[in-house]
Amino acid sequence: MIRETADWRPSASIETLRARAQLLAAIRAFFREREILEVQTPVLSRHATVDRHIESFVVSSPDHEARITDHGFLQTSPEFAMKRLLAAGSGPIWQIAPVFRCEEQGRHHNPEFTMLEWYRPGFDHHRLMNEVEALLRRCGAPQAMPEFGWRRYSYREAFETFAGFDPFALDAAALRERLAARGIAEPESLAADEIASRDFWLDLWMSHVVAAQLGADAPAFVYDFPASQAALARVRDEEPPVAERFELFWRGLELANGFHELTDAAEQQRRFEADRQWRRTHGRAVPPYDATLIAALQAGLPSCAGVALGIDRLLMLLSGAERLADVLAFAADRA
Amino acid sequence: MATVSTNEMKAGTKVLIDGDPYSVIDNEYRKPGKGQATNTLKIRNLKTGRVLEKTLKSGDSWEVADVEDMDMQYLYNDGEFWTFMDPKTFDQIQAGKAAMAEAAQWLKGEETVRVTLWNEVPLIVYAPNTVELVVTETDPGLRGDTATGGTKPAKLETGAVVKVPLFINEGEKIKVDTRTGEYLSRVGK
Repeated sequence: MIRETADWRPSASIETLRARAQLLAAIRAFFREREILEVQTPVLSRHATVDRHIESFVVSSPDHEARITDHGFLQTSPEFAMKRLLAAGSGPIWQIAPVFRCEEQGRHHNPEFTMLEWYRPGFDHHRLMNEVEALLRRCGAPQAMPEFGWRRYSYREAFETFAGFDPFALDAAALRERLAARGIAEPESLAADEIASRDFWLDLWMSHVVAAQLGADAPAFVYDFPASQAALARVRDEEPPVAERFELFWRGLELANGFHELTDAAEQQRRFEADRQWRRTHGRAVPPYDATLIAALQAGLPSCAGVALGIDRLLMLLSGAERLADVLAFAADRA
Repeated sequence: MATVSTNEMKAGTKVLIDGDPYSVIDNEYRKPGKGQATNTLKIRNLKTGRVLEKTLKSGDSWEVADVEDMDMQYLYNDGEFWTFMDPKTFDQIQAGKAAMAEAAQWLKGEETVRVTLWNEVPLIVYAPNTVELVVTETDPGLRGDTATGGTKPAKLETGAVVKVPLFINEGEKIKVDTRTGEYLSRVGK
């Protein structure tokens, strides 16, 4: 289907936009009751994420002689600024913020979307999962069975249940072989380091097989990811070590990602630098990492858990819409 | 060589893979929030009609196929080639049997049809979605029997054979859906 380029009308119905307003009101009421502080942080920053698979929009001044301060990045998440508030003693905080991710466009993606993000000092990832569930049930998400909470699978259990193997026991070659045996076409033009990367194949398994089966009836959590996929989570020293990270899936769609947050400044800096190195060798943009976050961690981030949740996807699933565009006032092709 | 990247591929985008032209039917973008993004493309081979799925890493690209759709007028068939005319320039082109596989049985002449051209050669000719044709052969009609829902085969003036209700007679004109080959209605005289 080829869209008309000059369509002025909204992507979503007015009825859906009313449902969006109600959802936002319900979220605000939830956090007010729990006495969590609502905050606002900059959308435009001098720093950017260096996450290997997230690309930031670069915003520059039209004046070529502009000072460096006129050049910045649109946030891909308010995470770094919120952690700086936590380090400054804010206590529990939340916000709803627009976030931007280059090149993310599809049925369930829009380059600009709305993120709900909150942080809980003293919580670990399990306790924060309880709160995510409480919030979403309040917003109308279903229970699987009364009296029982939503299913929680460790990353290993999720793979054992929906892929049929232990993800920690297989190397890249075995993961690749099994994917082919499953009838999933592997991407064309693979680079040697992708073929050799366990995480590359685990990502394909996750997005093509495991996630698709998660949360069919009611939302389901996956927690304790491979340490190599820790992102900004702390790693628990087991055999094998696991990242205290969780994700929430509903009807096969990823709704939220949370961490028992890494508070170790030196480790955070090492991860930033490793990610920048990876980006450099892969010909990706290499933005400056957020040195102010490192400074905040050095000053002391309280032990906490935090989570980011996609509001548009939540609304899409709550309202039974098929496409993200159906719940956005104006999707990217009309923005 | 023009290329098209995964985030520009939409339904209808024409690409060239291993020397064959394909049309994109669906583009499914998948990305773990913090992981490798892929696009699964459902594509139709425009020569064979076969539909298949391929996966690309997001940001990868394919060569663009020089394929365009044109509305043309069907003129005549000389037994080997079907000749079509561009109504704007009056240029004529000829399509062979392969391109006519689906459409030939529905065309009698003068219709406006959609022609998919690849490097300016007709690749596929699509008959109009519905056509009105005269029944040339069928068993005698059963008068009054309009409600039983029974059907019988009927041969049409173009040679196509379709199932029609029992009350249809030779010499009557009927409307047929060329995409399904189904009888739609009787056409009033």
